[in-house]
Amino acid sequence: MSTAPTTGGPRATPPGRRQRLLGELRLWRPLDLLGVVAAWTVGALLLLVAASLLLYMGIKGLQYVSLDLLITRPQPGADQSETGGILDPILGTLMIIAIATAIALPLAVGAALWIVEYSRPRWLARVVESGIEVIAGAPSIAIAIFGLAIFQLPIFSWASFSAADGGGVFGRSFIAAGSVMSLIALPSIFATTREALQSVPRHVREASYGLGKTKWATIRRVLLPTVKPDIATGTALGMGRIAGDTAIIVLLLGATLQLQAGSGIPGVGTLQGTGSTLTSYVYNNSPTGEGNAPEKAYAAAFVLMLLIIGLNLLVAGIGRRRAGTDLPR
Amino acid sequence: MTDRRAELMLGAAAVAVVLIIVAMVVFIAISAWPSFQYNGLKWFGSGGDIDAELGDMVNAGGDPTAADYRVRAWPLIYATALTTVLAVLIGVVVAVLAAIFIVELAPPRVRAIIVPVVRLLAAVPSVVYGLVGILVLVPFVNDHLISENQRESVAYVITLNGPGVLVSVLILTLMITPIMIALTVDALSAVPRGWREGALALGVTRWRAVMSVSIRAIRPAIVAAAVLASARALGEAIMLSMVSGSKGFAPQPWDGVLFLFEPLRPLAATIAEQAEGIQAPALKASIYAMALVLLVSSLMLSVGGSLIKRSLRLGTAR
Amino acid sequence: MVEFPPPVRRITPNGSPNVVDPADRQGMPEPIARATRPSYGPERLRIDGVSIHYAGTERPAVNAVTLPVRQGEVLALIGPSGCGKTTLLRSLNRLVELTPGASRQGRILLDGEDVDHLEITRLRRRVSMIFQQPNPFPMSIFDNVAYAIREQAMRRPGKAALMPRVETALRRAGLWDEVADDLGRPALRLSGGQQQRLCIARALAVEPDVLLMDEPCSALDPISTGVVEELIHELRENLAIVIVTHNLAQARRVGDHVAFMYLGDLVEYAPTEELFTRPRADRTREYVQGSFG
Repeated sequence: MSTAPTTGGPRATPPGRRQRLLGELRLWRPLDLLGVVAAWTVGALLLLVAASLLLYMGIKGLQYVSLDLLITRPQPGADQSETGGILDPILGTLMIIAIATAIALPLAVGAALWIVEYSRPRWLARVVESGIEVIAGAPSIAIAIFGLAIFQLPIFSWASFSAADGGGVFGRSFIAAGSVMSLIALPSIFATTREALQSVPRHVREASYGLGKTKWATIRRVLLPTVKPDIATGTALGMGRIAGDTAIIVLLLGATLQLQAGSGIPGVGTLQGTGSTLTSYVYNNSPTGEGNAPEKAYAAAFVLMLLIIGLNLLVAGIGRRRAGTDLPR
Repeated sequence: MTDRRAELMLGAAAVAVVLIIVAMVVFIAISAWPSFQYNGLKWFGSGGDIDAELGDMVNAGGDPTAADYRVRAWPLIYATALTTVLAVLIGVVVAVLAAIFIVELAPPRVRAIIVPVVRLLAAVPSVVYGLVGILVLVPFVNDHLISENQRESVAYVITLNGPGVLVSVLILTLMITPIMIALTVDALSAVPRGWREGALALGVTRWRAVMSVSIRAIRPAIVAAAVLASARALGEAIMLSMVSGSKGFAPQPWDGVLFLFEPLRPLAATIAEQAEGIQAPALKASIYAMALVLLVSSLMLSVGGSLIKRSLRLGTAR
Repeated sequence: MVEFPPPVRRITPNGSPNVVDPADRQGMPEPIARATRPSYGPERLRIDGVSIHYAGTERPAVNAVTLPVRQGEVLALIGPSGCGKTTLLRSLNRLVELTPGASRQGRILLDGEDVDHLEITRLRRRVSMIFQQPNPFPMSIFDNVAYAIREQAMRRPGKAALMPRVETALRRAGLWDEVADDLGRPALRLSGGQQQRLCIARALAVEPDVLLMDEPCSALDPISTGVVEELIHELRENLAIVIVTHNLAQARRVGDHVAFMYLGDLVEYAPTEELFTRPRADRTREYVQGSFG
């Protein structure tokens, strides 16, 4: 059948583009035509939605953000013009990121190193891997509610402040929110580190052992430097998730506008105290929240977006630099 | 440091992670137990005003009776399932088509812009999507889409003022689709060139080659993306508490267009909103029960996802 | 059955059967040899002054090559790496158009019709291709062979209707006896040689007129190579075959005519034995005697 030529012999002139296109389309199934049209439509729609969303946030943000806003502390107030700036939420976000990363980074890298380099006994390794998968898929609200109950236990009374009569532990503080938040960042750091370690060729390790180095020395001097960019990527991704999570903050940071020290000890008091982050600030100042100051919410969301964009650029930058070093020298 | 000690130290980090996770699951299960104990399987049923029930728990204070534990969580479960399923279904279709557009159809210059933008959208915090939803979409729906007639027709049950099924699903889809697009694009660009060229060399149109070979080959990745997106949609609390209308009400699809405007509130948003009252034992048990349901669902989701992925891979021996 | 349109230039028994007209080609190193034995059949594919440029390179990858491809014969393209033989092969079913920045001058005629005028999917069904790496699709053996038939049809035919054609194709590719017991097996579980024959069966299922093979054996072990070469030998009765190969011994075993290319130029085209035993051009002699390449 296929030996039969489709058109009767050579043509004097080549058919025009239009004619050829129509000729081709005749051979298409209707569903496929629909699919092509749908793909183009979705593509155009995606461009449109992405552009309008980013432009909208950008315009609204630039409209309401100002240097003044960034460096003044927020004040409670019914009128938007009296609610001050967003200094405390910015500090809060940075503090939460710092605390959570400080906890998640060693745990995740340690666990990844153990999984790839030791993983004895086997069953424990499998338990660790599936455990981290569980945490990666668990809703952050479930993690948050777990954290709230944990930090309300009397043994964690040092982490936040207690009622004056010794009745109950408040359970909400930077320490509480930060440590629970570390669980959010843990899976991405673990996954990128593990994958990077697994992709280190065997001969690199063998070369190091061949020089008489111990396993630990190999890990410290050879493996960790090699996978450092990947750890950085995972950490930046994890930081993005921390900066963007709202549920844990709303439940565990006490949702006070300003940083409020939990005790008189300088520094530590702040960690034991409550505060807000950009996400909780946006939430509280949206029409559903208590503050209802949309302009401030837009400004805070804009700053938050800048932070996320910064972290994204960081990830891309690390990726590009690493791609550069992979070239043969 | 000796090797032995290094192994113990790294192992301790791994074990610590596991212990935290086990503690979490066990703790939530124990705290949730009273709620299931008093309600049995009726916990999942309908037939009660869930908002009133939760309110009573707070009022019951520190010493609740068995009756105070009464929960009929069906509207919340239904709302969770409804928003998740709709958003993921729309999201998967959009993500696959968008990925085809990005990898196969878009001019290189467009592709160079859109890939990072999609990654950025995937990283945008949900609260920002919620803010856009409540400040832009909700007023629009309220002012232009809901008619006075519709408002009055249900005024004795619920108030229609914008937030509801339509806005929730739209914003949820907007939130979860970028990550699905990003994952699908990655998978689609990684399809071996030989398969594509092989199909083209057999005289198959480019579109058919993509649909019959590339998309077929990346089905495991699409399932993985859908599972990840479902987990995000399932657990989204804050954003949905902003745009869902926050009412323990089960929207009825047979209400026609009205269905789109009816308010609802999924489990996760309920937990976020009720966590303030966690001191009341009855409420505490109830919200932990909800957290447990969410946790177990996300667990089943990832197990189910990996089973599907495995069976798809077996078919291709890859 | 529609009659083929006449080829551009018929091969006459006594005239000059080899088609590269010295007048067309400047800088031709040597006059072209005469065929020592008659051609098998009608000319199916005519490569007519084809040049291919890649963007960003000064030299054309293929430079004004003219060659005939006849039914019933195997044309082997040989030459050192980067001589343009694969590029030339990929231009024959316009697969080279997938490479960004590639452009072609000159005509390629399939049964006298310019391939640029043919609808591209029709062309590729008639001029099918086997790749260097076996590339069976990630689906069952049956689905692989039935793939092109299914995709061509406006409505998907059922399994039963496809079975005879799948069996014929697998038999022609010499794979039937090895896989008949379980056609539902994933194709990727087959061995490398079986995978390559499956790809041949997949191409044969749509009954092409010309089969292009791009180093089909380079990823295979010697035994599988032997099987595939045997297969090529049998297939040429009904097909015109163009094979690109690095392996001179293979070109000698399977080729009826051999074309030697060097840096994009067609240096010599001759019947196989003649090219290997009495090469005209110095380049050819050096290459077939193994002093370079």
